[in-house]
Amino acid sequence: MSADGCGAPAGGVSVTAAAGSQAVVEGRVVRDGAPVASGYARLLGTGDEFVAEVPLGDDGGFRFFAAPGSWTLRVLAPGGLRAERSVEADYGQVTKVDVAI
Amino acid sequence: MSRSDVLVDADWVEAHIGDPGVVIVEVDEDTSAYDKGHIPAAIKIDWKKDLQDPVRRDFVDKTGFEALMSERGISNDDTVVLYGGNNNWFAAYAYWYFRLYGHDKVLLLDGGRKKWELDSRELSTDVPQRPKTSYTAGEQDASLRALRDEVIAAIGKRNLVDVRSPDEFAGRLLAPAHLPQEQAQRAGHIPTARNVPWSKAANEDGTFRSDDELRNLYQNEAGLDFGKDTIAYCRIGERSAHTWFVLHELLDQPNVKNYDGSWTEYGSLVGVPIELGDGR
Repeated sequence: MSADGCGAPAGGVSVTAAAGSQAVVEGRVVRDGAPVASGYARLLGTGDEFVAEVPLGDDGGFRFFAAPGSWTLRVLAPGGLRAERSVEADYGQVTKVDVAI
Repeated sequence: MSRSDVLVDADWVEAHIGDPGVVIVEVDEDTSAYDKGHIPAAIKIDWKKDLQDPVRRDFVDKTGFEALMSERGISNDDTVVLYGGNNNWFAAYAYWYFRLYGHDKVLLLDGGRKKWELDSRELSTDVPQRPKTSYTAGEQDASLRALRDEVIAAIGKRNLVDVRSPDEFAGRLLAPAHLPQEQAQRAGHIPTARNVPWSKAANEDGTFRSDDELRNLYQNEAGLDFGKDTIAYCRIGERSAHTWFVLHELLDQPNVKNYDGSWTEYGSLVGVPIELGDGR
C-alpha cells in the first residue's frame, strides 16, 4: 500500500492486520462458503453518510481504519447482491465482521 | 459543455470497443486491478508511476506527457475514454490532467470500474498493443490548477470546497478511513472552506448524481456562491478532481480550479491558518 495514496491497497485487502493504535474494522465476504472476490465494502456513518469504500480482495477481505464509534458496513456485489451490518470501532481494536451474502 | 459532451455510459463504451480513434484507458493507483481484468481493449495508466514526476512533487512535464501518450499509442485526434476504481477518483484526475495539457477529446465512463463490475460486464486480461504515435501536448492550462499562494489568497474571498470526509475536515482523521492514519502533518481544514464530501456527488454505484441534484447540493445545501470562482481540494488532489469534474464539466461553472497540492501540502505549510471542527 502506498503511504501517501488514496486508492485501494495493491491487490485488494487481505485480512489480518494488528490494530496498533488504529481503530480497525475488517472482515471477509463469502457466498455459499466461497470468498466473494468481486465486490465492494462501504463504511457508512450516521444517516448513511459515506465514509470509505474498498474493493474486496481475492479472499473476499476488506479493511478500514476508522475513527472510534458506530458504523454501518454495506457490501455490494455483482448480481444486485448486498448486505449490511452494524459495527463498533475503537482505537487499539480490530473489529471483525464476516458477511455472508 | 454539458453532461453528454463529457460523460458516457457503459452501453456507449461497449458499443465503441475497438473503434479506431477511440482509446479506452483504465487509470488507477492500484494497477493490479487492471491486471486481473479490464474493459476489453483498454490500456492502463498508473496514476503515480506515469503521471507524477519521480523526484519532485509535481506532474510529469509537457515533454514527459508527450512521451507517455506517444508510447501508449494515443494520438492527438483520439477520443480518450477514462475509467477507474475508487469511484473514478483517479480517472477524474487523469481527465483533469488531459485537459491541463490541452487534450479536448476526453470522456469519463459514468460509474467507472465499479459500475462495470457490478453490472457483470465483460472483463478481459488481454493487453492490447497499440502502435506508437507522435503526440504533441499543449502548455499547461493554468486556469484549471490552483497553487498554494493562490489558495491562501482565496481564503474568505472565493469558494473553497473541501471534498474530504467530515472526519478529515474536522481534524479527527488525517486520511480516508480505508488507509492507515500515520501521516504527520497537521489536521483540519482551510478557513472558510465548505465541506462537501466528493461522495455526495455520486450514487452508490459510482455514477454521478443528476445535474439538478448536484446543483442543489452545492448551491442550496452547501451554500456555494456560483457567482464566485471556486477552488476544490482534498488530500492529494484526486478526490477534488472528481468534484472539479462535477462543477466545471457537468455544471459548467467557468472558473473552477483543482488544488492538487491539497491537504498534504497545506497541512504541512508553516504559518498558514488552519481551522478545526465540523462544517457549518
